[in-house]
Amino acid sequence: MSLGTDFAGAHFWLEFVVSLLLVFSGLLVLTGAIGILRLKDFFQRMHPAALASTLGTWSACAASIVFFSALQDRPVVHASLIPVLLAVTVPITTLLLARATLFRKRSAGDDVPAPLAIGQPDDRKPDTI
Amino acid sequence: MNALLPWAIFFALFCYLLAMALTLVRLLSGPSAQDRILALDYLYLTGMLVILVMGLRYASDMYLEAALVIALFGFVSSSALAKFLLRGEVIE
Repeated sequence: MSLGTDFAGAHFWLEFVVSLLLVFSGLLVLTGAIGILRLKDFFQRMHPAALASTLGTWSACAASIVFFSALQDRPVVHASLIPVLLAVTVPITTLLLARATLFRKRSAGDDVPAPLAIGQPDDRKPDTI
Repeated sequence: MNALLPWAIFFALFCYLLAMALTLVRLLSGPSAQDRILALDYLYLTGMLVILVMGLRYASDMYLEAALVIALFGFVSSSALAKFLLRGEVIE
């Protein structure tokens, strides 16, 4: 099925909205990649990855929802599962990675913040584990 | 203003491809292991978005499940690698 002919005429604004969302998502993901490549510190580099996992994915999934709803003439909202899944899983990965980095930098003797409380499993000094 | 959507899909896929190339540079030249894990996580995310937009390109519902599976694999692999960094090097 050819997309150009399918969205001609009255569906121009739907095509426009889907195109705008896709371009926005692409630019956001590219910005995140440039940030991952160019920022100096690892803890700074963790921040631009959230650009793609939140707004980049949201706009791409919104484009998918609008596109398939217009294509099948009924609400097709399956793509909203992906932002929900990412909202559950991405903070876990980020938190684990930040904890691991803090642990490694502490055991290497770098200048990172000290543990807040003694006795938390991941905040103990490296030589006592 | 004919055929706006194919050009937007092409632009988005091109941006994702460029982002994957830049992230690959960070993955190969990362100073530490956690940089590589972060870049791998971002690569998983970008690949998931590529599959999602390919679903728009071919107007098929089948690509959504593949995108979900890729997102889930990205979570599992990244959290396992981070857990390995947290535990594996000191204890084992």
